[in-house]
Amino acid sequence: MSAGDYWMANLRLIAGCLSVWFAVSFGCGLLLVDRLNQFALGGFKLGFWFAQQGSIYVFVLVLIYYAWRMKRLDAEYLSRRVGE
Amino acid sequence: MTEDSELRWLTLLVVGASFAVYIGIAIWSRVRTTGEFYIAGKSVHPVANGMATAADWMSAASFISMAGLIAFLGYDGSVYLMGWTGGYVLLALLLAPYLRRFGKFTVPEFIGERYASKAASAVAVICLIMVSFTYIAGQMRGVGIVFSRFLELEIGQGLVIGMGVVFLYAVLGGMRGITYTQVAQYCVLIFAYTVPAVFISLQVTGIAIPQVAFGANLLDGSATLLARLDAVVQDLGFASYTEGSRSRIDLFFITAALMIGTAGLPHVLVRFFTVRKVSDARSSAVWALIFIAILYTTAPAVAALARYNLTETIQPGPIGHPEGNMVYEERPGWFRRWEDTGLLQFEDKNKDGRVQYYNDGNAEFNEQATEYGWQGNELSVDRDIIVLANPEIAQLPAWVIALVAAGGIAAALSTAAGLLLVISAAVSHDLIKRQFRPDLSERGELLAGRLSAAVAILLAGYLGFNPPGFVAQVVAFAFGLAAASLFPPIVMGIFSERMNKQGAVSGMLVGLLFTSAYIVAFRGIGGISPFFADTSENWLFGISPEGIGVIGMLLNFATAISVSSFTSKPPEEVVELVERIRAPGADEA
Repeated sequence: MSAGDYWMANLRLIAGCLSVWFAVSFGCGLLLVDRLNQFALGGFKLGFWFAQQGSIYVFVLVLIYYAWRMKRLDAEYLSRRVGE
Repeated sequence: MTEDSELRWLTLLVVGASFAVYIGIAIWSRVRTTGEFYIAGKSVHPVANGMATAADWMSAASFISMAGLIAFLGYDGSVYLMGWTGGYVLLALLLAPYLRRFGKFTVPEFIGERYASKAASAVAVICLIMVSFTYIAGQMRGVGIVFSRFLELEIGQGLVIGMGVVFLYAVLGGMRGITYTQVAQYCVLIFAYTVPAVFISLQVTGIAIPQVAFGANLLDGSATLLARLDAVVQDLGFASYTEGSRSRIDLFFITAALMIGTAGLPHVLVRFFTVRKVSDARSSAVWALIFIAILYTTAPAVAALARYNLTETIQPGPIGHPEGNMVYEERPGWFRRWEDTGLLQFEDKNKDGRVQYYNDGNAEFNEQATEYGWQGNELSVDRDIIVLANPEIAQLPAWVIALVAAGGIAAALSTAAGLLLVISAAVSHDLIKRQFRPDLSERGELLAGRLSAAVAILLAGYLGFNPPGFVAQVVAFAFGLAAASLFPPIVMGIFSERMNKQGAVSGMLVGLLFTSAYIVAFRGIGGISPFFADTSENWLFGISPEGIGVIGMLLNFATAISVSSFTSKPPEEVVELVERIRAPGADEA
């Protein structure tokens, strides 16, 4: 894997993580909130739940996924370079 | 012993014990080199760094003010929850790993080397110092409020004690001392925040986990907490709790400004310089967000529970019934104690000896209120007391109240210390060593770092004691300014090889000038009065001054990209620097 390939894979991963980040906060928590509020999640209106709880839980999951994938990507990149 | 003096002694005991721990850590971890002083010798474990980052990140504003803000704003308060945690995601994805791989001491140093320009570094130092001082003044104020309420000291005395403690561990221990005290402070503050939340959740809903109780049924089974809260606050003329009242477009931009602004906060960025390697920076970012999320998902539950408790206390009977409201002479102890601080004020406008708390700004409801014989809202509640008074409102034991006091102080001190260190590093490393005295010895620089930390503490204490009138306004705008000035040059420095110093500097200036001009135009500053009325009809695209930093940031990006496209490419060594921070080096295997 070249440094260029590594960088492109890194950018794709960041783009994916940021789309989820945007979708739960700006999407579900703000832009779609009135529509989602018509549904209930337990005692919460769904949109309100995303804005005050759900988005934060998803943020944590996004970072866990990112750290895990980057660790694998680093290992792959470094092992190929050692092999060169 | 009376109830009040028992509380006072317990608080002294708990706060004193926490201070003893912080000072003990300072002595144990005192430093001898600049590397240890600035970045703890890059030897901090990722989990410890995660806790320290969380304590650094969560200021007196998060601990003391945020739940109070949300309690009164309802859904609109979500901007703080999503803004401050979402900004952390941006920081972890776009900035932290690359700054760690860069491997030096400070953010201005990165900007200076990436753009091969002392001027760019100097502009960054100025932005950093301005943002940091406005922040610190707020932290010191928080320490003062806690001391004056719980220990009945003058705010000034409280400040001196707080400054003394920070001085000891920041000046002696540098980054290493700060890191390990922040770990202890995180433990104190999260315990202090969640214990009362659990008790109150149990009292109101019978469920111990605040995040679940938030959406649960009330104990009497009549309705869910949120449904009841919505009904009660609307019956008193306030906006619906779960739907709020601000325009969505404005909320969108405020959230974005908070996110991007917090991502550029230098005292948090520098925490990632302290771990051993880049993968540790990523995993400590995960830990930090988990530690932050514990408080940030509890806060909105505390907000809803506190608003419910407050309303039920003031309005125990049916609205409009002559005996529906609390009798002032029978007010509970906490009400009396907070009245003494001036943060809770009652004025019996209709002379019925009872407290009416409602929205007299709502014309429609006002008519109805007049029929009840109400003559205006009689209670003013400072939002900051919601968290601090919450355990008292819920009649929790005195030791819980004492714990909350220690937690508030821990939150304020940990953030203040982080900011002080960033200021002292900017002065001793970026200004003295790199701009004026490159021949300064290691010992000389360490001394300069300690001295500038000491001066910064004195200045911060002064600002906390004598907040200039505009500090409260400026704090809210510090995020917008950080978003418009610091965030773009760091991001482009990593993600664009083509970005050069002309682009970065002109972008920073455009972003900073546009944002500050817009804020001054609507809010004024110092002696200058606003040029336009601060109403949504006058705002550009309906965006309030709090959210305008996002437009400033977009202008910054646009200017930087166009200016750099017709000026020369950055020099070879800069291109090499960018390539080096993008991919792992052999030392990371």
